[in-house]
Amino acid sequence: MVNSGLRITQGTFSYLPDFSDEETKSQIQYGIDNGWAPSVEFTDDPHPRNVYWEMWGMPMFDLKDAAAALFEVKRCREAFPTSYIRVSLYNSKLTKQTTALQFIVHRPPYEPGFRLDRQESTDRIVRYTLHAYALDRPHGNRDA
Amino acid sequence: MPEDSTAKPSLGPGMRTVERPERFGAAAEDAVELELDDDAVVNAQELVRDARIDEVLDRLDSELVALRDVKTRIREIAALLVVDRLRRSVGLESEPPTLHMCFTGNPGAGKTTVAMRMGEILYRLGYVRKGHLVSVTRDDLVGQYVGHTAPKTTEVLKRAMGGVLFIDEAYHIYRVDNERDYGQEAVEMLLQVMENQRQDLVVIMAGYKKEMDRFFSDVPGLSSRIAHHIDFPDYSIGELMEIASMMVERQHYRLGEDAGPAFEEYLAMRMTQPRFANGRSVRNALDRIRMRQAIRIYEAAGRGRRLTKKDLVTIEAEDILKSRVFDGGAYAPESIGRS
Repeated sequence: MVNSGLRITQGTFSYLPDFSDEETKSQIQYGIDNGWAPSVEFTDDPHPRNVYWEMWGMPMFDLKDAAAALFEVKRCREAFPTSYIRVSLYNSKLTKQTTALQFIVHRPPYEPGFRLDRQESTDRIVRYTLHAYALDRPHGNRDA
Repeated sequence: MPEDSTAKPSLGPGMRTVERPERFGAAAEDAVELELDDDAVVNAQELVRDARIDEVLDRLDSELVALRDVKTRIREIAALLVVDRLRRSVGLESEPPTLHMCFTGNPGAGKTTVAMRMGEILYRLGYVRKGHLVSVTRDDLVGQYVGHTAPKTTEVLKRAMGGVLFIDEAYHIYRVDNERDYGQEAVEMLLQVMENQRQDLVVIMAGYKKEMDRFFSDVPGLSSRIAHHIDFPDYSIGELMEIASMMVERQHYRLGEDAGPAFEEYLAMRMTQPRFANGRSVRNALDRIRMRQAIRIYEAAGRGRRLTKKDLVTIEAEDILKSRVFDGGAYAPESIGRS
């Protein structure tokens, strides 16, 4: 399954065209207005099961305005232009305490996509797994 | 990825110099267009009424004594922001003005009080999005070890975005005499954000005139990034009396018949003495007067006198005249004991 140019779809909004900075900002502002704390994360491993991305600084619990979160997104983008970057909005309310909204705000210029690997097992069993082409190169050196 | 979000943010000065000529060009065209539009007048009235700007300015006028320069400047800023919004409504783009400010003046001249108001004023005028005020001093900006300062300063700046960052005693940030001081790093961070995130926050610095002047000469480029340098003059005795009567009223007291002239006499003497701090001295004096009034009432009650509401409210001349200031010379208001 050659699927080059596959845009990974993780989190909210990932089937939409990419957001402009202004749109990103208003989404974050929506979260802040709901009392959620934004945080910025990045990774160069696009596999859907890779849920723990690297944190770009601490979650921002005491923000009033989304401009500050966007400021961090921009700084992260500048440092890791070929990584995926996402914003998480964390709802810290008791009984919730979970991510309320999470969306990708930056993608590498080229996303190599995935292939399907088949593994022959006993008794003619075939196991399937997804292999991200981006992972063929070592971590930190995956400038797609 | 759309163009605007992949474009790296410009942190260096290079990008801006490219942009400037275009902006000037655009402004020239704007002027021509503006003449063509007649119905802007109607919108202006609506806008001023909707934003209730007059209300904000009137409150400023009535609640702050004197400070004519400050009020004029705020009025000008308000007018500019209104006109800017009008211009935008007829499709004329112009860069929002820089509103970083520096308040200088002697102790107690009202710098902090005005700064505290600024957040609300700018919010009402629609210049800042949230209008909260983050008040910091050197300790909040400058770290204690290598690599501590930048994140600390960024944290504060981020918290202030959408509102006003108020740096009290700003000249403390940078200490020339200590080369290993991390203040320099905080100043650089501050400069960068003041320039690049102009639309996201307003920085107000406050400090005593002499120290601020030295601070600005030590940090090139800072003074020019602050558009409004406002000097807070000392109050005259009449203005101080006005402040005093406002404070008295706000705390639900009343000056007795002879108390007014007595307090004026007190102020006249206090002003000539060292460490006079304008409004703050008035406040401190009133606090001490209240204490003396309290002990007078307490003792009277102990002697079995019946008290009325009027007794609790009225400050008598004797409460004021007991002040040490009238003994002449030996003045130590902040020390414990009779003051």
